[in-house]
Amino acid sequence: MKTVIDAHNISKTYNKENIPVYAVNNVHLHINQGEFTALVGPSGSGKTTLLNLIGGLDKPDEGKIEINGIDISAMSPNKLIDFRLLNIGFVFQSFNLIPVLTAKENVEFIMQLQGIPKAAREERINNLFKQIDLVDKMDSRPAQLSGGQQQRVAVARALASKPQFVLADEPTANLDTASASNLLDIMALLNKEENITFIFSTHDARVIERARRVITLVDGRIVSDTAKVAVHEE
Amino acid sequence: MWILQLAWKNLWRNKSRTAITMASIFFAVVLSVLTSSLKTGIFDNLIKNVVSFYSGYVQVHKAGYWEEQLLDNSFAASPQLEKTILAQTEITGVTPRLESFALASAEMNTKGCLVVGIDPAKEDRLTHLAAKLIAGEYLKPDDNAVLASEGLLKRMKLQLHDTLVLIGQGYQGATAAGKYFIKGVARFGSPDLNDRLLYLPLLAAQNMFEAPAMLTSYVLSVRNPGLVNATSLSVQQRLGNEYEVMSWEKMMPDIKQHIQGDSNNMQVVQLFLYLLISFGIFGTSLMMMAERRFELGMLVAIGMKKTKLAFLLLAESVLAVLIGCILGIMASIPIVYYLNRHPLRLGGEVAKAYERFGFEAIFPTSTDSMHFITQGLFVLLIGLILSLYPVLKLIRLNPVLSMKK
Repeated sequence: MKTVIDAHNISKTYNKENIPVYAVNNVHLHINQGEFTALVGPSGSGKTTLLNLIGGLDKPDEGKIEINGIDISAMSPNKLIDFRLLNIGFVFQSFNLIPVLTAKENVEFIMQLQGIPKAAREERINNLFKQIDLVDKMDSRPAQLSGGQQQRVAVARALASKPQFVLADEPTANLDTASASNLLDIMALLNKEENITFIFSTHDARVIERARRVITLVDGRIVSDTAKVAVHEE
Repeated sequence: MWILQLAWKNLWRNKSRTAITMASIFFAVVLSVLTSSLKTGIFDNLIKNVVSFYSGYVQVHKAGYWEEQLLDNSFAASPQLEKTILAQTEITGVTPRLESFALASAEMNTKGCLVVGIDPAKEDRLTHLAAKLIAGEYLKPDDNAVLASEGLLKRMKLQLHDTLVLIGQGYQGATAAGKYFIKGVARFGSPDLNDRLLYLPLLAAQNMFEAPAMLTSYVLSVRNPGLVNATSLSVQQRLGNEYEVMSWEKMMPDIKQHIQGDSNNMQVVQLFLYLLISFGIFGTSLMMMAERRFELGMLVAIGMKKTKLAFLLLAESVLAVLIGCILGIMASIPIVYYLNRHPLRLGGEVAKAYERFGFEAIFPTSTDSMHFITQGLFVLLIGLILSLYPVLKLIRLNPVLSMKK
């Protein structure tokens, strides 16, 4: 199976001058194409930092990260922005969407940044909204959508750029049970049907339950890495 | 194009903030246009008062006359010379004068006075002399009479229709003397001139001073008072070194200095105004950056280049500043025109003090379009410079830190 993410002994330390905090400590990690992975652990265990490092939002102090064989640790900040645009989809916990744009425009936004022609954008938007089951909400502003619907639009936006993988930082943290379940159903379906790689940072049991691989972090170290039987195969 | 559309939408996401920014720019433009046009209007009016009172905008003398104001430094009146002066498109009129000092005497009283020989019709067009009459009639070219200032007559205990004798030194040492009927009495704002001014028709003055066809000055009226120095220079070039051409600024440097001083004070007021606007715009920029910190971090995280994001923020600021400026200019136009037609008018003692010095106690605005353009552009420039603040913050933006709760 193709390796999408290859992190070699990466470390990230904050507050080096005073009392150092080892947010990520000598982590070695491979993520393959099509994985549905949850990074779990208590607060402050380094989940978000690891996600930021994998996503090229932050740089490791030690080690290197390769995405599809490309070392992103050595990239300039500007190149990293381009790299993220073309290769990585992001879903954040909240405040995910641009409030002045409609759901459709939010999804289209990422493709406009990529310079995709209008016709191709329209076609992809229609497909994505069908997949997230929000065709009737395309012209709604984020404020007119529920939290769950907003996160579904965020997933569509993350997928709009046809990324190598999607990083989701606590995507269900602010959602009620039904909305969280619905969001996870959609992501699991996309994972199954389109072989899209999803990596979540979470401590939501609902997400952990649905993940096929669970990586547990404690104090910046991986303490367990468990592959489960694929939920969607059950 | 889509970035501009997004900028426009972003502009209205927080209507109160945008309204505060636009309002501060709007009021800044209105106030700075008003201050600027009022400043120019007041000074233009002051200059108009001063020059129309006596000196005119430009005078032509024989070279050296201004340094030594004697009849011997007079020059021969010449239609050709007048024609040459009037050939300048900026010159709208020429008035001849023959000026000298003399003693005015009646019964036991003798007082020194300034005798001015004038072409009554032309002089009236320039200095509105007839309007200053408080008794009697205005002069005619062939009169052998004087128009005397009110103060001088009082000092000499004379009245309208009395007779006075003038004695002085004429051209090239000749004795100048004459007896004149007081045809009119005029009141002048300046106490100094009101106590010693005496007008004679030009021919009568030339006869008295034994200076036939001689003049001490041509007083010129100009089309554009703002170009008075360039106009004098151009006339000087035409007339050559035989004559000296002086603008009111050279003849009355104290007035020029007074205007300069007041102008500097007004500029300090304007500077405070600009500072106020700057704080207004800067404050809303700070608010905006604080409110959108997460969003900006998120946009960089998902792949929006900082240059594009900077363009977006800049476009938002420019739109806000531009709208504020345009609205401000549009609102200031009717106000400035209204205050030009219906100037601010002082009353009471202040007005009397102004009038005593020959100035109308009114403060009109100037409707010169440059006030709207320059002030609008200046405020726009301030807005644009302050718009760089979000851009500078953006350059240093770290998406991870920005998205931290």
